[in-house]
Amino acid sequence: MTFSIMLWMPSWGGMINGLMTLSGAWDKLRTDPVLRMLVVSVAFYGMSTFEGPMMSIKVVNSLSHYTDWTIGHVHSGALGWVGFVSFGALYCMVPWAWNRKGLYSLKLVNWHFWIATLGIVLYISAMWVSGILQGLMWRAYTSLGFLEYSFIETVEAMHPFYIIRAAGGALFLIGSLIMAYNLWMTVRVGEAEVQMPVALQPAE
Amino acid sequence: MSFWTRHQIFEKNSIILIVGILLVISIGGLVEITPLFYLKSTIEAVDGVRPYTPLELAGRNIYVREGCYLCHSQMIRPLRDEVERYGHFSLAAESMYDHPFQWGSKRTGPDLARVGAKYSDEWHVTHLTNPRAIVPQSVMPGYSFLAHNEVDPDTIADHMRTQRAVGVPYTDDQIANAAADLKAQADPDNPGADAFSKRYAKAAVRNFDGKAGTPTEMDALIAYLQMLGTLVDFKIYNEKANLR
Repeated sequence: MTFSIMLWMPSWGGMINGLMTLSGAWDKLRTDPVLRMLVVSVAFYGMSTFEGPMMSIKVVNSLSHYTDWTIGHVHSGALGWVGFVSFGALYCMVPWAWNRKGLYSLKLVNWHFWIATLGIVLYISAMWVSGILQGLMWRAYTSLGFLEYSFIETVEAMHPFYIIRAAGGALFLIGSLIMAYNLWMTVRVGEAEVQMPVALQPAE
Repeated sequence: MSFWTRHQIFEKNSIILIVGILLVISIGGLVEITPLFYLKSTIEAVDGVRPYTPLELAGRNIYVREGCYLCHSQMIRPLRDEVERYGHFSLAAESMYDHPFQWGSKRTGPDLARVGAKYSDEWHVTHLTNPRAIVPQSVMPGYSFLAHNEVDPDTIADHMRTQRAVGVPYTDDQIANAAADLKAQADPDNPGADAFSKRYAKAAVRNFDGKAGTPTEMDALIAYLQMLGTLVDFKIYNEKANLR
């Protein structure tokens, strides 16, 4: 228990350090989708490394262990933190490595960001709900003191959440395919010409 | 000199930093490794736990090969609902001959630590062939092919030697007769069945898959499942003696 609490300190130290690096430059989040990806990654990092030590506390673990809560927890880290920081780094380094001025399309990065974020949120919230639901069903008692649910009833109850989870995972995958296309075009074609909105023409 | 200026010694000198890191890691390592030297005293003394028979070991290898541990745990926690649902909580001694252990970490399916002797062999054959035939809502895949694959009796002795190398106390006698024992356990009419029962006291000798001939993977897996959690007799197990 003590060590679980102690583990929050390096984790949140890292997260606060990462977020405060943006002090004075928060406005860039509006214009730079790559930076937005990195910041959200740090936020997911903070969330999943808060969750981890919390889940190691005995009373929480007695509910969460063996359920989908664990699966949701590791995926908020794997998809949110490690995934997004890798995407951000790729978006940053590919133009450098191939000597391009910038990415093929920032608009596609924006699409990737929102599709993948939505995917992760669907994925982990489905896993939270199914994990806590299954954990509670396993330990539910009737008023007569018998276990209320057979195991297979808890399996059945998971069904809708597994569909939401599959949809979330598919969105995340679609996001990465968009990234693959964007990076490929960055290497092949380079930065797209910035299309200026048609300027107002003086009346003749 | 303030704390932060002292800390600069580490930040500015890579060798001192490495020495510091090694020191911290070795403390962490010691804390984790030292208890392993006292493992004997952490495993409770229990009667009845024996190494797997050749057929059970072959079944266990199939259990690992098919990834059963991904959906089934083998670790009952000392919580009221788990003990009522699955049986007595798992003892450390019950997995002392498991290399690697099969505790698992996810219950997409129920815990199997005490599934042994809970259902009939026929139940297991039907269920493994098509789980939906018994539990209509089941999401478990079918493993009908196990009935068609024969277990290779000639490799099992090597598996037992490997287990012995990591600490399972198989005797030379048991290893020398591994192939014969593997066939005998699945065939009560086999002339070697008596010799098998002497080598593995109380191990079940049955035709697990209900079909004559060489043991199939179905035989092996069911032999393994049917002995899970049955080795310790909890009627005579003295819980108080192992309280710490």
